[in-house]
Amino acid sequence: MKRSRVGLGAVALLSVGALALTGCSSSGGSENSSDANTDAIITTNGSEPQMSLLPANTTETGGGKIMTSIFAGLVSYDAEGAIENEVAKSIESEDATNWTVTLEDGWTFTNGEEVTSNSFVDAWNYAVLYDNAQGGSYFFDNIVGFSDLQNTKDDPSGAIDETTGKPVQVGDPLAETMSGLKVVDDTTFTVELANAEADWPLRLGYTAFMPLPSAAFEDMEAFGENPIGNGPYMLDGEGAWVHEEKIDLVTNPDYDGVRKPANGGLEIIFYATQDAAYADVLGGNLDVLDAIPDSAFETYESDFGDRAVNQPAAIFQGFNMPYYLEHWSGEEGKLRRAAISMAINREEITDVIFQGTRTPATDFTSPVIDGWTDKLEGADVLEFNPDEAKKLWAEADAIAPYGDTVFDIAYNSDGGHQGWVDAVTNSISNTLGITAQGKPYPTFAAAIDDRDNDKLTGGTRAGWQADYPSLYNFLAPLYQTGAGSNYEDYSSEEFDNLLKEGGQADNVEDATAKYQEAQEVLLKDLPAIPLWYSNVTGVSADTVDNVVFGWDSVPLYHEITKG
Amino acid sequence: MPNKKYASQGHYVAPLEDTPVAPIDKLDESQKARSTWADAWESMRRRPTFWISSVLIVLIVVVALFPGLFTSVSPDKNCLLANSNGGGEPGHPLGFTRQGCDVYARLIFGTQASVTVGLLATLLVTIVGIVIGALAGYYGGLLDSLVSRLGDIFFAIPTVLGAIVLMSVLPSRTPVTVALVLSIFAWPQIARIMRGAVLSAKNSDYVMASVALGVSRFKILLRHVVPNAIAPVIVIATVSLGTFIVAESTLSFLGIGLPPSVMSWGNDIGQARTSIRTSPQTLLYPAAALSLTVLSFLMLGDVVRDALDPKARARR
Amino acid sequence: MLWYAGKRILQMIPVFFGATFLIYFMVFSLPGDPIAALFGDRPPAPGVIAQIRAEYNLDKPFIVQYFLYIGGLFQGDLGTTYSGRPVSDVMASAFPITARLALLALVFEAFAGILVGLIAGLRKGKWFDASALVVSLLLISVPTFVIGFVLQYVFGIQLGWFRPTVSGDAPWSELVLPAIVLASVSFAYIVRLTRASVADNLNADFVRTATAKGLSRRRVVTVHVLRNSLVPVVTYLGVDLGSLMVGAIVTEGIFNINGVGGTVYRAVTLGEGPTVVSFIAVMVIVFVVANLLVDLLYAALDPRIRYAK
Repeated sequence: MKRSRVGLGAVALLSVGALALTGCSSSGGSENSSDANTDAIITTNGSEPQMSLLPANTTETGGGKIMTSIFAGLVSYDAEGAIENEVAKSIESEDATNWTVTLEDGWTFTNGEEVTSNSFVDAWNYAVLYDNAQGGSYFFDNIVGFSDLQNTKDDPSGAIDETTGKPVQVGDPLAETMSGLKVVDDTTFTVELANAEADWPLRLGYTAFMPLPSAAFEDMEAFGENPIGNGPYMLDGEGAWVHEEKIDLVTNPDYDGVRKPANGGLEIIFYATQDAAYADVLGGNLDVLDAIPDSAFETYESDFGDRAVNQPAAIFQGFNMPYYLEHWSGEEGKLRRAAISMAINREEITDVIFQGTRTPATDFTSPVIDGWTDKLEGADVLEFNPDEAKKLWAEADAIAPYGDTVFDIAYNSDGGHQGWVDAVTNSISNTLGITAQGKPYPTFAAAIDDRDNDKLTGGTRAGWQADYPSLYNFLAPLYQTGAGSNYEDYSSEEFDNLLKEGGQADNVEDATAKYQEAQEVLLKDLPAIPLWYSNVTGVSADTVDNVVFGWDSVPLYHEITKG
Repeated sequence: MPNKKYASQGHYVAPLEDTPVAPIDKLDESQKARSTWADAWESMRRRPTFWISSVLIVLIVVVALFPGLFTSVSPDKNCLLANSNGGGEPGHPLGFTRQGCDVYARLIFGTQASVTVGLLATLLVTIVGIVIGALAGYYGGLLDSLVSRLGDIFFAIPTVLGAIVLMSVLPSRTPVTVALVLSIFAWPQIARIMRGAVLSAKNSDYVMASVALGVSRFKILLRHVVPNAIAPVIVIATVSLGTFIVAESTLSFLGIGLPPSVMSWGNDIGQARTSIRTSPQTLLYPAAALSLTVLSFLMLGDVVRDALDPKARARR
Repeated sequence: MLWYAGKRILQMIPVFFGATFLIYFMVFSLPGDPIAALFGDRPPAPGVIAQIRAEYNLDKPFIVQYFLYIGGLFQGDLGTTYSGRPVSDVMASAFPITARLALLALVFEAFAGILVGLIAGLRKGKWFDASALVVSLLLISVPTFVIGFVLQYVFGIQLGWFRPTVSGDAPWSELVLPAIVLASVSFAYIVRLTRASVADNLNADFVRTATAKGLSRRRVVTVHVLRNSLVPVVTYLGVDLGSLMVGAIVTEGIFNINGVGGTVYRAVTLGEGPTVVSFIAVMVIVFVVANLLVDLLYAALDPRIRYAK
């Protein structure tokens, strides 16, 4: 029996919802290294894309970093997460509801086809149309007409889908195109949103919003294997994607956007484990690695010195306590949540277990997002305070005694979570004197199954990586009443209203203020117990220079120079 | 009679009075015939390795049954991260794990689960393997085909798949269930080894002789074939004991073995993975305990095997 | 002999159906919805999951799923992975690599294991025997992920003798280090097995006879002792081939080898029925053939073993 694994497999699954979005100013560093070889191929780590390479069907990091390299959307993100126009000349709105998008002239796909309004509108309609079953369709849910492409008629026999509990759908969708999308001319189209959204353009750098050439619609399956894009890189001919092994990208000579590559291309090698990738950088077979395995936390800085990177990223981690559990709702639940939160020594755990590759959380978002602050009212509930924790726990016990109930935190054991879960439960049990322990599930599917079906017996690991750099993206999908990822049934009218007000604000500053207010509600209720922000950790070999990591934990590949 | 033959060839033949065969031809009927097993015991108890390994095994079993006798430190309470991966100090001779728990206390308290998994799985696999392998090899034919092909099917099932399914079905995860899961997928190995050895042994002269004497086939299998075919099985079983204990660590690591709240050497070995380069001691101590256990059983296995083999005894 | 082999090949048919049925059922019984898990913490728009489930026939009862798979199988269609790749493509890329790796490991454990075991058995109780015991103990009690990590670090990175990981084409030369790691535990088994058998046979009558006949010790050892000691060792090697192929998950992970073990493991955790079953179906054939070869080898090693008809 030699069947084990070292952080295999589900690495990509864990950060689903995460996408690689690179962006940077066009001047980005290529001048100051004029001796660099602009034909050099940079080797870097990746993982086999989970799906074929279609923009709206790529919702995980493995495919994401390829898609952002070979496509250019309306905008792209710079290292800090600010948007810069790529294909867009302007994206304007007066009421945050009706948007007019104007395209820059002269953009072409690598097959010579011009990038027009239809390239975007057709791609977006394709992404949403029910029959196409694209995983990223929900990104368009705020566009008027979205539901007509998703909804079909209920099955007349009244059949119910077992997994969703909703009627089985039959027949064709009610519409083929979203009524909120209108092509004005080749370089202009308009978008009507269902609800006002002041920072809507922030979304548009995400892969789901990339354009598609008309060739794609002839045979989507073939296209997904050999995609034709308009980005800084393109596939190195047919068969550049060697499954489970690597994908070869070369620079796109016709690309003239803000991400002009300073190298000749990328060889993205797929690794099943980060340990193997790390061994390859050490052994000189890999130029850039964007994730350090936990077995190297203690050594990567001494191994690589100033070639190691450790900086905050747009990843929030914590654990959620379901509201349907006894002891964890109402006033008693509120006290217990605060007590648990204050019983965890985040500082020590991030230092010892993560060797500083996590940053203790002070809110529910991430320090790389515009508007983040560590001065939210009530944020002291996230500080280690054993005395207060014991006091609050005792107050909760006065309402209803906790007794011998075991406190557990569920996690999928194929993702390397045991170390911190054990440390957190030890911290809780040392402080509160209760029995606290981890509860491993063999697979991610098994873990989310209990979560989806409200069958958890305690807390559950929760992580969120932003798709696009906005506070809203960290809050609405997770804590809004009935939101898709709000598995633990949190519901607060006050929070919902503040989110809505933030969305309708005229400008981003006002919106941010509302979102922060909404976070203060969360700090009182603690639907999730924030733990830390996951840093981006990476190393590069001395063969390359200008390795800068973006807000989304992915290196800005186009800036890297070699030779 | 032979005298005549050799005499005719002109060889020297000792006179009958010089060859004292007569007394040996007489049997002391009052003494009960010693069985193979009694002979084996006689030979074993004269060997120091037997006593060393037995004492070690008894010690391991005592530790497994009464861990509290050997340490007063709690293995899983008050683990402080401040002590993470710390070296030995008074009261904590072997230092601390990554979570800041006492390594020595965890070794002591982990013995029970690890030894249970190792011993139980080995026992199950060995018994099932010997019975099935012996029947298949000895009787052959349809029985052999059926049993061997069944083994092929079981062996083809990936342990990970089987373990995930079984562990999800079983209501609780204990050392016993882990041992069960490991045995279900490991018995065909021993069965094949046993079958091969029986195939060899059943054609030996002594088996032929017994057949000629009219001893029943089943009795021959029990008395002559099995004891003579069991040597490789004992070797595999003693080595397997160790690999089962390590396999438990792998299963636990995959989240389909023992829950982290059950202490075991395997769990600790798996947890030490991330600190191999910086704090190898957290890995070395549980691995050393495992080695010692395997060593004791290997030595015992060696002695038992020698004792069962009359040829080896004869030389000593 | 031919009849015997033919009979054994025919037995493959029930084994094949038994194994595929059982494994398909086990994958079907895996907890959780594999499609929902594909999307991680963020569920897609309603209907997407149901649609993909329908695409992969996951919405149908188990027995229908199984027969759809078997039906496809007879038309040469092994189904697709959840990423849309034909399973046959995945097999075509994984099996050759794994076959090379397993073969290397098998050769290594057979030669090194038998050699060390033979010497240890001949010099039972001497220092060589003792050191062989210590090495075996080490290999048994230290898990593969540690052995692999250490060898990779020392020989791949520090000394640079080997490439630390295996490149896409997986040439023989790069597979040497992984093969040694993969073979390490089995090596310990073979050493112990050979040692025991050799020590056993040294006392056998035929060896005494051979020695008495005045044969050189070398000839006694190689022809009489070794040959007669190989039956259990060869049996073990035959059984081990399978675990070397499917059980190489850790080794493949450490050295980034795109082989059978890792693929099957991933497919199991993802709940990809067609992939798991197709791979294991091939493995069943490998098992049956390997065991058949072993049985035929018995007759060559030990002339007393004969197969009826």
